[in-house]
Amino acid sequence: MRAAPWLTATLFLGPLAAGLAGTLLPAFGYLPALGGDSLSLDPWRALLAAPGLARSVMLTLGSGLAATLVALLLVLGFCAVTQGSAWARRAQAALAPVLATPHAALAIGFAFLVAPSGWLARLASPWATGWDRPPDLPIPGDPWGLALVLGLVLKEVPYLLLMAFAALGQVPASASLRAAAALGHRPVPAWFKLVLPQIYPQLRLPICAVLAFSLSVVDVALILGPGTPPTLAVLVLRWFGDRDLALWFPAAAGAVLLLGLVLGAILAWRLGERAVAALGRRWIATGHRGGQALLLRALAPAALGLLLAASLAGLAALIAWSLAGPWRFPEALPAGWTLRVWRAQSAEIAGPARATLLVAVLSTLAALGLVLAWLESGAGRRLRALVWLPLLLPQLAFLFGWQVALVRLGLDGTLAAVVWTHLLFVLPYVLLSLADPWAALDPRYARSAAALGAGPWRVFWAVKLRLLLRPLLVAAAVGFAVSVGLYLPTLFAGAGRITTLTTEAVTLAAGADRRVLGAYAALQAALPLLAYALAAALPAWLHRHRQGMRP
Amino acid sequence: MSLRIDDLVITLGDRPLLALPALAVAPGEVVTVMGPSGAGKSTLLAFLSGTLDAAFRARGRVWLAGEDVTNLPPHRRRIGLLFQDDLLFPHLSVAENLAFGLAPGLRGAARRARVAQALAEAELAGFGPRDPATLSGGQRARVALLRTLLAAPRALLLDEPFSKLDVALRGRVRDFTFAAARREGLPCLLVTHDPADAEAAGGRVLELGRG
Repeated sequence: MRAAPWLTATLFLGPLAAGLAGTLLPAFGYLPALGGDSLSLDPWRALLAAPGLARSVMLTLGSGLAATLVALLLVLGFCAVTQGSAWARRAQAALAPVLATPHAALAIGFAFLVAPSGWLARLASPWATGWDRPPDLPIPGDPWGLALVLGLVLKEVPYLLLMAFAALGQVPASASLRAAAALGHRPVPAWFKLVLPQIYPQLRLPICAVLAFSLSVVDVALILGPGTPPTLAVLVLRWFGDRDLALWFPAAAGAVLLLGLVLGAILAWRLGERAVAALGRRWIATGHRGGQALLLRALAPAALGLLLAASLAGLAALIAWSLAGPWRFPEALPAGWTLRVWRAQSAEIAGPARATLLVAVLSTLAALGLVLAWLESGAGRRLRALVWLPLLLPQLAFLFGWQVALVRLGLDGTLAAVVWTHLLFVLPYVLLSLADPWAALDPRYARSAAALGAGPWRVFWAVKLRLLLRPLLVAAAVGFAVSVGLYLPTLFAGAGRITTLTTEAVTLAAGADRRVLGAYAALQAALPLLAYALAAALPAWLHRHRQGMRP
Repeated sequence: MSLRIDDLVITLGDRPLLALPALAVAPGEVVTVMGPSGAGKSTLLAFLSGTLDAAFRARGRVWLAGEDVTNLPPHRRRIGLLFQDDLLFPHLSVAENLAFGLAPGLRGAARRARVAQALAEAELAGFGPRDPATLSGGQRARVALLRTLLAAPRALLLDEPFSKLDVALRGRVRDFTFAAARREGLPCLLVTHDPADAEAAGGRVLELGRG
């Protein structure tokens, strides 16, 4: 038990350190296996000479920062105008399915919506657009990365909203607003003046994780981002995947550049925070009561509703395409429904589905075990910052080097390697969702149980775990959903030998039959939803005769 | 069975928190400990029940029926503990709560009979399958005491167990608790703010000073 934080730290630091070193060294020409046995700047020269690199970098920075900023502003705007109203709770419930859905499935659904032959174009054609054939438009994959930004916002808004609600629960938000109202301040501006500064410290890490993710995302960029040139992360992945192994050197340099971009962006964000805080203080000091914020009141909930509608419509599009018979443009619905694709693909899809389940269950169980031992030991508070690292670093920056290390350990392409690599991303979320409920459990239950003669194990199993069953299962569902959605970690650690629904769906998104793609993506989206449903239903059923165990 | 505490000094760092002269509580006797908040009442209870945080340093020993229990882990001390809240386990039925602390030696029908008998003696016959959340405050308080007694404790520590009950109920639960302690011959330490508790206990009163 006491060793748990240190065991976790080792399980984390190993891959991260080996991974970063294994990416940094080739970036400077050192990779003996490929004949690079001295340090040089050649990889960087090759990287800088790559056509379109500058545009890739601009695209990466632009789309990453835009997605983070848009998502954050939407979330803050929504929280400000719905503070204290029932809408906040309803939004949380409505967004839960989107939160559970993997990025790739959401992005594919969004593509099915906005593509020239997608649902939106069909609904508006030909009566409004005059199209009787799909127009030749670069959507998704527009050169400005707009579809990519929207696709990212779709998924980051529910996540940031959840974090914001959690933070709001821990500060006296309503009391602050009442005090402000008594001094003549209107609620929405007062929210930004009083409540935001209280919750922001808790939002900082999630925001940085969103920023790092948006800058370095691969799967969403492959599905919705432009192709020539692509974002830096996609460019680097192409080189890593190239037959010409010499491209590994500029690829490693590109991964290091991406790491620099992410760290630079986080630094710039922190500086931006300070500037905004300084301006905010001056605004507060002027004593202006602020306006009614009518525009924000109308805009924020509408935008959020639109995002939610787009996400759900996208998911519906996945299912619709997988079941579609003949479906001519611009018909809004297929001429008939059929299980043909599901039947034809059932053998093909079973393997990846089984691998997805196996990896997700194993990595979730491992994460739960480590997190519970960690929390129970009560130690390692300072080590918590460590588990955020995999979420704050671009995955490419350490996964390549980690794969090289796995090859050396003879573990690449094994189930153990994939589970271990997934653990790096599953454990932080499990810890995050379980830490607060664990700390909130009344310690006197355990003391009562001990006074009744129960030893530490019995107290743990028969009292603590049972009292915390609900948050425990929610944490498991979160971990499961994270694992199901992981693309790059599966790709690198699986070495092509272990493929999951996610890796298959992203591969298929490059141009396979839309019906087959719809089936893969729909199943990928369904697994986490099932896990969430189970996590909600099981305690409700078990505790149907226990009022004290209801939320 | 008696509870004996040697000269006790508890410190945090080099700050003394609590000093208690040697104290012996006879079987069935209730000694009341009073004092303002911060006088170290909860520290004293944590020390006696074995849950004192490692940051504290305690000098002095605790004896139960002649056995030195100072270094025993909490679950081996057999010291019953009652708090302000009943802390019935919300995921268990009333009977399961009572069986939680009952020694494992008693099995099957005998075990169920022991629980049923305890409930009947407390005028709670038939309450076994009930959800504790559906019980009244007085019923819950009685179940909590029964649960503690069924674990066969050698002493009782009462941490303001009556303070959350309404006035009408308080007297009844108090009498029920003290009567049980006397009947079972348990040495009893009662920590309270309420002078009426001390009066009802009818035993010695110890005033803990500040610091």
